Amino acid sequence: MSDKSEIVGEIIARHHHREGPLLPILHDVQAELGCVDAESEALIAKGLNLSRADVHGVVSFYHDYKSKADPRPVVQVCRAEACKARGVEKIIANAQQAAGERVKIETVYCLGLCSAGPAARTGDDLHIRLDEAGITKLVENA
Amino acid sequence: MTTVRISDDALARAGGADKLAAAFEAKGCVVQRTSSWGMHWLEPLVEVDGKGFGPATLDDVDAILDGTSDKAIGVIAEHPFIAGQTRFTFSRAGRTCPLSLEDYEATGGWAGLKRARQIGSEAIVEEVKESGLRGRGGAGFPTGIKWDTVRKAEADQKYIVCNADEGDSGTFADRMVMEGDPFALIEGMAIAGEAVGATRGYVYLRSEYPDAIRKMNAAIELCADIIAPFVCEVRVGAGAYVCGEETSLLNSLEGKRGEVRAKPPLPALEGFLGKPTVVNNVLSLAAVPHILTEGGAAAYKDIGFGRSRGTMPIQLAGNIKHGGLYEIGFGVTLGELVNTIGGGTASGRPVKAVQVGGPLGAYIHPGQFDIVFDYETFTEADALIGHAGVTVFDDTADMLGMARFAMEFCAAESCGKCTPCRIGAVRGVEILDRIKAGGRKRDRLELMPQMHNTKKDAGRDTGDEIGLLTDLCETMKFGSLCALGGFTPYPVMSALKHWPEDFTRNPELVEKALSEPAE
Repeated sequence: MSDKSEIVGEIIARHHHREGPLLPILHDVQAELGCVDAESEALIAKGLNLSRADVHGVVSFYHDYKSKADPRPVVQVCRAEACKARGVEKIIANAQQAAGERVKIETVYCLGLCSAGPAARTGDDLHIRLDEAGITKLVENA
Repeated sequence: MTTVRISDDALARAGGADKLAAAFEAKGCVVQRTSSWGMHWLEPLVEVDGKGFGPATLDDVDAILDGTSDKAIGVIAEHPFIAGQTRFTFSRAGRTCPLSLEDYEATGGWAGLKRARQIGSEAIVEEVKESGLRGRGGAGFPTGIKWDTVRKAEADQKYIVCNADEGDSGTFADRMVMEGDPFALIEGMAIAGEAVGATRGYVYLRSEYPDAIRKMNAAIELCADIIAPFVCEVRVGAGAYVCGEETSLLNSLEGKRGEVRAKPPLPALEGFLGKPTVVNNVLSLAAVPHILTEGGAAAYKDIGFGRSRGTMPIQLAGNIKHGGLYEIGFGVTLGELVNTIGGGTASGRPVKAVQVGGPLGAYIHPGQFDIVFDYETFTEADALIGHAGVTVFDDTADMLGMARFAMEFCAAESCGKCTPCRIGAVRGVEILDRIKAGGRKRDRLELMPQMHNTKKDAGRDTGDEIGLLTDLCETMKFGSLCALGGFTPYPVMSALKHWPEDFTRNPELVEKALSEPAE
């Protein structure tokens, strides 16, 4: 048995009793393996007695699940209305420049820090009131 | 020993509150981590003996302790921003420690639940009806009537689902409830359970709120015995805006694609796993414990405007000087909120536009600032209150860009179920790009000899494109199942109507297109 099937099997067992267990399972697989790839999808489908198409449909629907693991650090920058009103579009180029190929800049829509944007998230850490220098530093330290 | 109070709200923490707390501890102070007062421009706000200092940095620590800091704002509770509010849902904001059961009980916590258990399900629903509470998620449906439907439905299992998928930009009141007063939300859910006969509750919480997830989980564990036999569980979303729509949320909760369901059947009769389900917004549920206290319903109803009763936690966001949470009875005007309470823009430039109600809300022109906060008044003005987020833009905002973003956002977040939303939004982006470019020439297809019915002149000008956009927006508005496709036309059309000069150098074109709809 491969490592992956053991890990996924354990995650399925952890959530199997829940009502609507698929999303919690996918969250844990994504967290543990960095992605939900085709192999994991097949394992989950078998474990929950669903079709692979059902599972793939769910995985591909949600922005949080990735089909391929990306080892790069991620900086999520909010580019929704409130952060736009506070100038995120003016600093996004700085973020991309500082990131280069090393860091992945992702767009999110709203971190709920709308009165103090532009806002960004790295892991579970949040950042507010970013300006050109602030976001450059944030990306460089990511 | 000095006691220092600093918020552990996500926004304060993002502003450096943790380091600040550690610095005060290193100086020998006792640091209490409280909820946030909601004055976000002052976060991290440091409170010593009721007096506030903010926004504080590590350099301010010594000056705050010896009383010489120039960041003093005086007694926090007497600050005009706080003193002007009527706080029911946020009565504990800034005053208690979020995860302290002692604090919660000492400030009237669980009184509503205890009383609810005494008076029984029918009386609970009656009191919620009497209070006039309407769903705070956006649609404004009377909460009591929804509960009554679920109460009367017969089933072996019923559910309470809390919609905490607060995806609208410019809104953060749900987050502040969950991080600042999580027990109030849980108590509200337990009361709802008591009212309709449900023993299970789910909080569907978006993954973009890591702090709220952590605190809600901790709070549920701490009060499990108090709310028993009611059982509550947090379910984390996966980054889909559309899951804030109740039927899509239920699908997601069941582990399916977050696609919208057609109504009927109403979730109240066939909701989660096909069982009768109350789906309420965080703010609706968090308002309930107060309403259920002795005389609470009457007190709630006494405040408000027209058919909008009670208070609304309004969120002042975007380019605003004094941004934060402002809970007040319905009836306040938008101008008061933006200019008087919010102090105008943060950039100091003139206000150009205000978007109320998140990405699907209309852009409101300063010329309409006398509009009062009331569900019916907003509907009449072709706008919506939504979750009461107020996002302010200064005069550098490009309204064509914002209209394009509304379409782009709808395209990115559409669940794909209905065509006007899934494809219309993509076409909308293209039309807006062409409006920006001043129309387009005849394309390759139109030039083909077979296409002899196409116009032989210069293709489409800006006026034609605006006509197309108007037509598309009509189709989206009336042809979409849910608010995502149905309301995206609001920001687009309001931007076009009020700021035609941002769309074309020839604003008469817009007026003409708006007055005579496309054939």
